[in-house]
Amino acid sequence: MPARADQTPKHRGAGCRQRLLFFAAGRAFRMSALLEIRNVGIRFGGIVALSGVSFEVCAGEICGLIGPNGSGKTTLFNCISGIYRPSKGDIVFNGQNLCTIARHRLAALGIGRTFQNLALFRTMSVSENILVGAHHFGRTGFIANALCLPRVRREEDDAQRRLVELLELLELAAVAAEPVANLPFAMQKRVELARAVIGGPKLLLMDEPAGGLNHSEVDVLAELIRTLRDRFQMSILLVEHHMNLVMRISDRVVALEFGMKIAEGSPQAVQNHPEVIRAYLGGRAHAAVA
Amino acid sequence: MITKPGLLAQTARIPERNAIVWRGAIVFKLIGLAAAIAATFVFSGYHLFQLTMVIIYAIAILGLNIVTGYSGQISLGHGAFYAIGAYVSAILMTQYNLPYWATLPAAALVCAIVGFAIGLPALRLGGLYLALTTFALAITLPQILKYRAFEDWTGGVQGIVLAKPDAPFGLPLSADQWLYLFSLAVGVVAFVLARNLLAGRIGRAMRAVRDHPIAAEAMGVHLALLKTKTFAVSALFTGVAGALGAIAVQYVAPDSFSVFLSIVLFVGLVVGGVASVAGAVFGAAFVVYMPNVAEKISKAAPDAIYGIILIAILFFAPSGVAGALARIAERVRGKDRFKDGIPLQGGTR
Repeated sequence: MPARADQTPKHRGAGCRQRLLFFAAGRAFRMSALLEIRNVGIRFGGIVALSGVSFEVCAGEICGLIGPNGSGKTTLFNCISGIYRPSKGDIVFNGQNLCTIARHRLAALGIGRTFQNLALFRTMSVSENILVGAHHFGRTGFIANALCLPRVRREEDDAQRRLVELLELLELAAVAAEPVANLPFAMQKRVELARAVIGGPKLLLMDEPAGGLNHSEVDVLAELIRTLRDRFQMSILLVEHHMNLVMRISDRVVALEFGMKIAEGSPQAVQNHPEVIRAYLGGRAHAAVA
Repeated sequence: MITKPGLLAQTARIPERNAIVWRGAIVFKLIGLAAAIAATFVFSGYHLFQLTMVIIYAIAILGLNIVTGYSGQISLGHGAFYAIGAYVSAILMTQYNLPYWATLPAAALVCAIVGFAIGLPALRLGGLYLALTTFALAITLPQILKYRAFEDWTGGVQGIVLAKPDAPFGLPLSADQWLYLFSLAVGVVAFVLARNLLAGRIGRAMRAVRDHPIAAEAMGVHLALLKTKTFAVSALFTGVAGALGAIAVQYVAPDSFSVFLSIVLFVGLVVGGVASVAGAVFGAAFVVYMPNVAEKISKAAPDAIYGIILIAILFFAPSGVAGALARIAERVRGKDRFKDGIPLQGGTR
């Protein structure tokens, strides 16, 4: 952990627990870190993209990851989702080290994700897109499916039930049979969200969900993310440029700059943190605030 | 945003309409099947043989469609699996005196195994490289079949001549009629199995891999394994078609399975409609009948006519015959869609 991170008003272990006590008043969440980023470092050639980044995401928490362009947010995101393998440190999810796990197994472990610029299956309908998200629940193979065995039907019925619930919740029922490519952008984003949520993730990774949305759509999205978190009791790690969204819905915010953590804490604390202000506004602002 | 009463009222109507469409499709299929069975007694001789070949090519193209249409992996070598299926059937019938019907499962199994073995390395290449790898397979196979060391089995350049199966149980059918009905039965089973496979969890995963592999993987699809298995299943279908083809033609020889066969299957796939189960039948009909039609139009240059018709079809029906029919059906149904008031633009944007 870099020295600078110690300046954060609420340091990590204690901060996490405090927040959980606050949560526990309403709901029963587990009191442990669901995702632990431990001293993660990665370099591409001579460029150090991440160096010694550590933080935790607790169960049921919405954690925002911010930072200026090139600060390593997306790199870290890609490390968690298995696209990159960190050269140093560990990423531990629910007691399992993600660095050694094949990408396709992450969904079954309980990690769902959405993509920065929509990664929908364009030729498929809304329902089919969402159902692919339930793929990892299935145990039936080629032969069982070709013969349409009873257990295939059971599996399909289970998936359909989850599908119907999500279609209603995300107001997609009216377009369930439409090819997803025909939908307006904001709706496609909801389809992608439904596709991630149907897999029953414990942790949802969201890569810039507000990208390309207008003001009112971002409001709707903020509401939706909270609703989904409450309803499905999952943690959310949010990588986002849209400060307003991050500050409004996050329980905690982690700020990166040049591949290092510069601040961590409640949205207000991070917003007012001198290092964060300096990173976003430049050196002089730092002097002014300090 | 969570509920607007109007939306829920509309969703209630959707299953109802789907049921009507679905019932319509069932009726359509039953009529098609009845017509196909009736054809046994309407046509005879060469015409019935042609219809048999349509069914056989339909199964082969269906196999190619599973891997190329649904899973997005281009194969230019499916003729090789057709050939392997044909030879397995012929060898088992002549060397081991197996009844013709028993050779189909054997051909299916052998082709699935060969498909899996070839798919394992080839699918890691993907894209155009896979197309060329499979193409290389199609080029290689006829020469392997001619190879001296295998001559006892394969009959070398001469190939193997088979006997035509008679109708069983003393049914009052000619051998041609029986062969047609047998192929039809195999075809129906193949299409039902393929439809089940493609409509469910596995089929969705295949299309997901085709549309966006990274997202599919994030949803828990094991890309390499799914692609390889898909390739094996695809080879299985085409192999069964090959076995049926051997029984129908009563002859296998290396030169009947040149690279051109693979290209013909590919043409059938595209003309019929990529990623359409029904498209395989249209594609097969095109492949079987179009050379005759072209020859009727011009005896001097039938290949040129064939080429021109092919280009015309691709120009006017870029998504194949099945795609064009679907679009017509959509337009007919499109009217009541507006009546129902299902909004296409439901977002806030």
